[in-house]
Amino acid sequence: MTMQPDSSSPSPEAAPPVGMIVIRDLVKKFHGIPAVAGVSFTVGAGKVVVIIGPSGSGKSTVLRCINHLETPTSGEIWVDGIKLTHNNKDINAVRAEVGMVFQQFNLFPHLTAIGNITLAQKIVRKRGEQEARRVAHEQLERVGIPEKADAYPGQLSGGQQQRVAIARALAMNPKIMLFDEPTSALDPEMIKEVLDVMLKLAKEGMTMAVVSHEMGFARNAADEIIFMDRGAIVERESPANFFQNPHEERTRQFLSQILH
Amino acid sequence: MAEERRLSLDPSRQSRIAPGLERMADWPWWLIVAILIGLVVVFQVVTNQRMSVIFGAIAAGIGVTIRVTLSAYFLAVIIGLFVGLARVSSNRVILNIASFYVEVVRGVPILVLLMYIAFVAVPLLVTGINGLGGRLGIETALGAALAKVSTRNISNELRVIIGLAVAYGAFESEIFRAGIQSIERGQMEAARALGMSYVQAMRYVILPQAVRRVLPALGNDFVAMLKDSSLVSVLGVEDITQLTKLYAASTFLFFQSYSILAFIYLTMTVLLSRGVRTLETRLSAHRR
Ligand SMILES: Nc1ncnc2c1ncn2[C@@H]1O[C@H](COP(=O)(O)OP(=O)(O)OP(=O)(O)O)[C@@H](O)[C@H]1O
Ligand SMILES: [Mg+2]
Repeated sequence: MTMQPDSSSPSPEAAPPVGMIVIRDLVKKFHGIPAVAGVSFTVGAGKVVVIIGPSGSGKSTVLRCINHLETPTSGEIWVDGIKLTHNNKDINAVRAEVGMVFQQFNLFPHLTAIGNITLAQKIVRKRGEQEARRVAHEQLERVGIPEKADAYPGQLSGGQQQRVAIARALAMNPKIMLFDEPTSALDPEMIKEVLDVMLKLAKEGMTMAVVSHEMGFARNAADEIIFMDRGAIVERESPANFFQNPHEERTRQFLSQILH
Repeated sequence: MAEERRLSLDPSRQSRIAPGLERMADWPWWLIVAILIGLVVVFQVVTNQRMSVIFGAIAAGIGVTIRVTLSAYFLAVIIGLFVGLARVSSNRVILNIASFYVEVVRGVPILVLLMYIAFVAVPLLVTGINGLGGRLGIETALGAALAKVSTRNISNELRVIIGLAVAYGAFESEIFRAGIQSIERGQMEAARALGMSYVQAMRYVILPQAVRRVLPALGNDFVAMLKDSSLVSVLGVEDITQLTKLYAASTFLFFQSYSILAFIYLTMTVLLSRGVRTLETRLSAHRR
């Protein structure tokens, strides 16, 4: 796969490689079957990487390995210089720095928007009720729905729910945001409101890894596009090159399918 | 009740009834009959000297029945919660211990379990405690206290409470397990992704939702526990059933005694079901 210039220093004692997210030779098998078969890439601080690829190609699995929702079978991952091991302390330290947004929002239905956004602040970041609520209101403002503070998830539209989920992740002051098909479960008219929030985040310099087939977003926000197929990276390009002259035949086929 | 109503709305049934009488056909007649019988019993107890004596003799056990029901149910819910959590644990040892308990208890009749705990488990436990006291040495205060514990110190009431709690703990654990497993995987993932530990995610995200979902089932078991508390009479604990047995046997007033007993249970279960349902609607009211 794509080799990193600094990948010649495998010793664990060596200084951590440069980059907000560094993934080396990541393999993840489910019941012996590889979902990710040797993936390496780096996301620099403030950069946005968009991962695309057909269903089942391992995109979600790569993302979920970054915050250890899946335990890698082998390979190395560094997040902001912290190497991910099986040690719980490291995992929690990394998770606190990495926000994740899911396709199905996964808001806590028994809590209001504010309740959703303050919960982890209070019990993970140990913030007081007052401060947590202040941050929550700030973040709701940031995603454009300050008036929904006291609504329960069931009272919100899909687009609003996803924006609360983004606010919930942002309230932890993450250094990295992971998005796994954040707009795939949304009705077309709500996709834009979520993408606009993500675009704003990208402009503000957030480091982001985004699995999405929203090509407009990829074109505007991505520093790099990674095309995956069958658990491996087929092509890594800047958006301009990726769309104008993809090298691989498989990339061309895939693009013609999703762009019509 | 909902079922009755649906049945009477069945058009094939209504067609046979004159239109003016349709309303009456919809009445819950069973309830009216039950209330009438209840009123007759109340009337008898209040006006008939002998009936009020019987009622007094039996009602003396209401305190025991309520005490046994409440304490055993409280313990059972606590046991059920922790065993339910153990049953969804990824730790194989914890999982297997919990499964052993649940499967064994569910496979034994409650009555047998009660007798087993009262006559086998508790004496064994006492022997164990005595042994521990002996090990610590009877010179030490704790050792002496432990060595002195005797099977006779443990009242039958306490034994049946433990027995019922152990039996119902298994049922409640299945309710909690099902409740926890009914919560979408994404909830745990979102909580963990925010940096919460497994325990924190359970405590603040999964359990609040799971408990709300299983409240009706927990409520049903509360009522069931009230009824099954009558089993303690087998061990001579003087609840309302035991007092009725004794009273009827000595006076030969079987009809009156057992009618009053059934009436008392029915009144309590009806009131309890109502209470549980009110609580459920209260607790689920602010959801969504
Ligand atoms: N928990 C799991 N257990 C078993 N197999 C899994 C699990 N999660 C993913 N897989 C398998 O791993 C492969 C990659 O899945 P992944 O979800 O990463 O793909 P994806 O690229 O995100 O696809 P999609 O576009 O459909 O979301 C698939 O074949 C999938 O069936
Ligand atoms: Mg996916």
